[in-house]
Amino acid sequence: MRTVETWTPTVVRAVTQATPTIRLFDLVPEGLSVRGYPLGGHLNVGVMIAGRPDTRSYSIVGADGCYRIAVKRVPDSRGGSQYMWSLGEGARLTVSNARSSFPLDVGYRGYHLIAAGIGITPIYGMALALAARGENLRLAYAARTADELAFADELKAALGARMTAHLSGEGRRLDVEAFLAAVPPGELVMICGPLPMIDAARRAWKAMGRPATDLRFETFGSSGAHAPEPFKVKLPQFDTEIVVQENQSMLDALNAAGYEVISDCRRGECGVCAVNILGVDGEVDHRDVFFSEHQRAENRKMCVCVSRAVGTVSIDAMIRPDPARI
Amino acid sequence: MQSSAPRRRSFPLNAWYVAAWSREVTRALMPRTICDKKIVMYRTEDGKPVALEDACWHRLAPLSKGWLEGDQVVCGYHGLVFNAQGRCTHMPSQETINPSACVRAFPAVEKHGFVWLWPGEPALADPATIADMHWVDDPAWAGEGVVTPMACNYRLIVDNLMDLTHETFVHKTSIGNAAVAEAPFEVTHGERTAQLTRWMLDIEPPPFWAFQLGSKLGIAGKVNVDRWQYINFEAPASVVLDVGVALAGTGAPQGDRSKGVNLRICHFITPETERSCHFFWVLRRNFKLDDAELTVATRERNAAIVAEDREVLLAQQQAMEAAPDAVFYNLNIDAGAMWARRIQERMIDDETPPPALRAAE
Repeated sequence: MRTVETWTPTVVRAVTQATPTIRLFDLVPEGLSVRGYPLGGHLNVGVMIAGRPDTRSYSIVGADGCYRIAVKRVPDSRGGSQYMWSLGEGARLTVSNARSSFPLDVGYRGYHLIAAGIGITPIYGMALALAARGENLRLAYAARTADELAFADELKAALGARMTAHLSGEGRRLDVEAFLAAVPPGELVMICGPLPMIDAARRAWKAMGRPATDLRFETFGSSGAHAPEPFKVKLPQFDTEIVVQENQSMLDALNAAGYEVISDCRRGECGVCAVNILGVDGEVDHRDVFFSEHQRAENRKMCVCVSRAVGTVSIDAMIRPDPARI
Repeated sequence: MQSSAPRRRSFPLNAWYVAAWSREVTRALMPRTICDKKIVMYRTEDGKPVALEDACWHRLAPLSKGWLEGDQVVCGYHGLVFNAQGRCTHMPSQETINPSACVRAFPAVEKHGFVWLWPGEPALADPATIADMHWVDDPAWAGEGVVTPMACNYRLIVDNLMDLTHETFVHKTSIGNAAVAEAPFEVTHGERTAQLTRWMLDIEPPPFWAFQLGSKLGIAGKVNVDRWQYINFEAPASVVLDVGVALAGTGAPQGDRSKGVNLRICHFITPETERSCHFFWVLRRNFKLDDAELTVATRERNAAIVAEDREVLLAQQQAMEAAPDAVFYNLNIDAGAMWARRIQERMIDDETPPPALRAAE
């Protein structure tokens, strides 16, 4: 059940470097005692981006006396990681209550975890918890290079040979299909990583005739076929065009320009923010998990909270004049 | 200065509670509130009990107002479908399913003639920790169970059962007599159990017991008995009474109960909310097992006893609500109930983070 968010003033107790691109922030919410967190959970954090308040979600990787969150520095991101990386010990911010939209179910005979890059953050706690409970599990952990494997030591200590590292930079790319093919029927797959990997996993899982409910996934709504770059959105109805900056979502750009689009999840899951595509000069980079693959291929609608374009996309923002009163 | 912190829960969540009699959980959707959680229960086609949060992920419509399709529940409002693990398997007007869509599934298992539910952290739910109530479906014992809704906190019933001196006053026409209130007793305790023992030797049996003894031994007229009460609490809220009477001087205190009647009165008190509970009870006897009339008569006699308790307990609940800051005094007769509460409190402590230490300002 989704519940109202409550925000708590919080102090940064410590900042540590997990990898060259991932920093860990220990956050102490005032007046709350922190003990445990929902697996797969995240905190929403109040951030400042270009002088404006905004919120970002970061996975929790520990909760013993304080929340520990992991933030990957993404140079072309929408500005959240840049802000977080500017914070040092003693900095103050506000955070929401912990919640999980990627919970781990119990009662399976076996658990098969796949993490790629920063996608390790929700998977990490699950792997440790499952290992502590003596469950049957394995983890495939993909990254570009060995120094990008955050939490590798802790995971190795808890999982031993049940964890395999797959380093694409060393020519050892993770074969998701082969990993999934080895999952016995009735066992659970939890996968977190970039959208193309999740798409491939879902496609393979479906082709194997496995039930969709046994493959759970989370994307951070932040990965696509192309690196983010500025693109143009044409609104023929208003005879205008706006530019979406590389660190801005199309949703925010439309709303900031006064073309109001309604949204809810802001992570490409619910489909509320979908608009009609009228034409594309370039390519739409669908980054949502709401549309099916064939709907994405049809290219008739896009979720503007996460999806982007390369070049120019022309849309109907679904804005209509009210009928005249008679 | 006193702070006005929110009132603490009176029940642990990381524990198995009786959610229903096995017979109540069927292929029809059954709503029930347990430990302040709205739950819908049903049985899969192959007979396994299922307990889901009774609120659709989408807009909280109670799933119990929907229907079953195979082992899945269809929300009666917009047709979202949830499987027995609580995962959404269908959403209207879209080709995919929101990956975070699910309702909470509660661990539920069947044992001792009940469906048991674990309202807390599912990873900790170990069925080996279910309270021992095996008399409830042991074929060597007979008797039919009931669930009585009670508008009082569940602990008031545990208190009531742990201290049977009240029989003398509340149940004076059925099971009470002066002996119960005056006989010595002993209270012992373990990690998750507490026991109160009381023997009343060579006394006149109260009417309920005269009836039971008469049914078994065919005795009419007055005979004196040795009467025993072993009251067994097991966390979180099971109270099993090993009670009976035997003809006086026939060796019952030494272990020979053959000239007597013995009941295991099995109770489980499941919190519904802080101010209401589901009172499950059954009287099981190890004699005249096939006597259906005796089963009904025993159940009805006890229902009358429960009705007497109910009157006191509901009034007590109202008195507590009228005096929210009042704290109970205890008598020596309350030691068993106090142990039950202490064991429950420890379980609650284990799952509640302590208040944060704050630097003095």
